[in-house]
Amino acid sequence: MALLEVRDLHVHYGAVHALQGISLDVEEGQIVTLIGSNGAGKSTTLRAISGLVRPSSGSIKFAGRHLEGVKAHEIVRMGIAQSPEGRGVFANLTVDDNLEIGAYTRTDRAGVLSDKERVLDLFPRLRERLRQLSGTLSGGEQQMLAIARALLARPKLLLLDEPSLGLAPQIVQTIFAIIRDINKQGTTILLIEQNAHMALGAAHMGYVIEVGQIVLHDEARVLAASDEVRKAYLGVG
Amino acid sequence: MSLASYGKPASPAVVAVDALGPFAGVAVLVLLMHFVIGPAVGPYYAKILVDIAISIVLAVSLNVVNGFTGQFSIGHAAFMAVGGYTAAAITYFGTVKIWGGLPLVHADPQGWGLFVVGTVAGALVAGLFGLFVGLPSLRLRGDYLALVTLGFGEIVRVLLMQTGSIPDPKVIAEAPLYTLPLKLGGSLGFGGVPTYTNLFWAWLWAGLTLVIVYRLKASTHGRAFLSVREDEIAAEAMGIPTTSVKVRAFVLSAALAGIAGALFAHELGTTLNPKELGFQKSFEVVIMVVLGGMGSLSGAVLAAAVLTVLPEVLREFSEYRMIVYALILILVMLVRPQGLFGIHEVWELPVVRRLLGGRGPK
Ligand SMILES: Nc1ncnc2c1ncn2[C@@H]1O[C@H](COP(=O)(O)OP(=O)(O)OP(=O)(O)O)[C@@H](O)[C@H]1O
Ligand SMILES: [Mg+2]
Repeated sequence: MALLEVRDLHVHYGAVHALQGISLDVEEGQIVTLIGSNGAGKSTTLRAISGLVRPSSGSIKFAGRHLEGVKAHEIVRMGIAQSPEGRGVFANLTVDDNLEIGAYTRTDRAGVLSDKERVLDLFPRLRERLRQLSGTLSGGEQQMLAIARALLARPKLLLLDEPSLGLAPQIVQTIFAIIRDINKQGTTILLIEQNAHMALGAAHMGYVIEVGQIVLHDEARVLAASDEVRKAYLGVG
Repeated sequence: MSLASYGKPASPAVVAVDALGPFAGVAVLVLLMHFVIGPAVGPYYAKILVDIAISIVLAVSLNVVNGFTGQFSIGHAAFMAVGGYTAAAITYFGTVKIWGGLPLVHADPQGWGLFVVGTVAGALVAGLFGLFVGLPSLRLRGDYLALVTLGFGEIVRVLLMQTGSIPDPKVIAEAPLYTLPLKLGGSLGFGGVPTYTNLFWAWLWAGLTLVIVYRLKASTHGRAFLSVREDEIAAEAMGIPTTSVKVRAFVLSAALAGIAGALFAHELGTTLNPKELGFQKSFEVVIMVVLGGMGSLSGAVLAAAVLTVLPEVLREFSEYRMIVYALILILVMLVRPQGLFGIHEVWELPVVRRLLGGRGPK
C-alpha cells in the first residue's frame, strides 16, 4: 500500500472542472513528481490533498486514513506539510518566526530546536538571516524558507509546489540538491514542477497531467526518455 | 522570538527574571503612579492619567483583533459597555444588598473587593459576548466582522436605553437578583455608580493588559495570530486552526475591553451612559490602533496617550475631533496604511535601533 493514494479525484471551481478523475500513488520513501503545463491542475491536486479545496468526488488516502473532509490544519497534524504555490511566507514576520510557525503543530520543543538546526544546516543562507523580515528575502531565499518551514512540521509527506519557479539556474540546482537530501534523510516528497527536466532527474516516479487528467505515468527515467515527454515538456524534437 | 531563546536553554535565573520581570515592572509603575505621580500632579492631571490608562487598555485590546489577526472590528465600545454595566451592577446593587443603603459616590474603602469582583465579572461577561459575536462572524470572510460588530454595538446601545430606571435602595434590597439587570438606568444612564477607579487600579489593569498582550505577541499563540493576518490560507496550510485562532483573539479582546468598561464606569466624573459608549467611542479606539500601527503595542500606547490628551489641552480640538479623526484616518491610509509603526514596536524601528546603539532590546 502506498503512503498516499489518490483515486478518481474530481475538483470543481464553480463551473470549472479543474480535476477530472486524477489517480496517483506516492510510495513511502520516494520522490514522485507531477509535471504539466500552466493550468493543467497541478496546484489544484496539491490543494485537494492538503485540504485547502474540497474535492467533489474521489478519494484521498494517506497512511490508510481518508483525507476527504478533513480540515487543512488537521491534515498537517497527520503528517503532510507543504511549500505552497507562490511560497506563502509571512512577509512581515522574521525568518525565525516563519520557521516557528512551521513547527506550530508540534509540542516537542527539543525536537523542534534540533530540527531547526538541521534545516539551517541545509539552508545556511537562512541561518545568517534569522532575524530578517522574510518579505525582504530574495525569491530564492523565500523558496528556501518555504521549504524549511514545511520541514519543521517534520512531515511524513512533503508537498512542494514549483520550488524552481522564477529562480536562477544555479539556485535551482541548489534547491534540487537539497530536495534529494531531504528525501535521503527519509521524507517522502510529492514534487510539482513545470521544470520537467530537473523534476524527472530527481524523482523516482513521474506523472504527467494535462487539463485535469493524468495522461502518462511511469518511472521518472523512463518518462524522461519517452518521445512524448521529450517533445512536450523537455523542448526536444 | 529572541535569539537568546533560540538554541540552548536559558539558565533558571534568566527564565525567572524573564517571567517575573514584567510583573515587577507593572508593580513599580502602579506604585509610582499611586504614591508619587498622583499626589504630585493633583486631581485634574490624575484624571487625565486615568483616562490614558483606560484608553491604553482599549487600544491594546482592539489591537489583538485588528492588529494581530488582521480582522476589522468596529464595535469595541459595545464590549466596553457590557463590561462596564456588568461591573457597575455588581458594585451598585451589591453594595445595597450587602451593606444596605446607597453606595457613596466616594466608595467605601471596604468595597474595593466588590470592585475587583465586578471588574473580573465585567471581563468574563464581555468575553462571553465576544464569543457569541465572534463565533458566527469569524467563520465568514473579513468584511462581515466589521458589519456584525457595528450592528452589535447598536444593539447593545439600544437595549441599554430600554432598561428601566434604577430602583430605590429599599426595592433593590427586596428585589430578586435576576430582575436587577433589567433596571440599569435606561437612556439617562446608570447614575450613582460608586467611584473606585483611581491611578492605582487604572494603571494596574493597563499594566497587566500590556504584559499579557506583549507576551502573547512573542509566544507561539501570538505568532499564530500574526500569521492569520499575514496570509490566512498559508496559515491554515501550516496547521494553524485559523477560525479558532480568530475567535480566541476576539474573546480575549472583548474581555479586556470589558475591563476598560469597568474602570470607566467607576471613574469620578464619568457617567455610564449608552450614548457615551456608542459608535463614536468605537471609532476613537479604531483610530488609536490605526494611527499607532496595526499590531504595534507601543504604537497603540502612544496613540492612546496622544488622542486622550489632545482633546483636554485643545478645547477647540475637542469640538471638531471627529472630523480630525476622520481626516487622520484618511491620511494614514493614504500615506502609511500600516500605521506609524506598522506591526513593529517602537524600539524595533531602524532609527531607534541606531539611537540605542545597533541593537534594540528584545
Ligand atoms: N480559485 C479558482 N477559481 C476558479 N478557477 C480556478 C481556481 N483555481 C484554479 N482554477 C482553474 O483551475 C485550473 C487548474 O489550475 P491550477 O492552479 O491547478 O493549475 P496549475 O497546473 O497549478 O498551473 P500553474 O503551473 O500555472 O501553476 C486552471 O484552469 C485554473 O484557471
Ligand atoms: Mg500551480
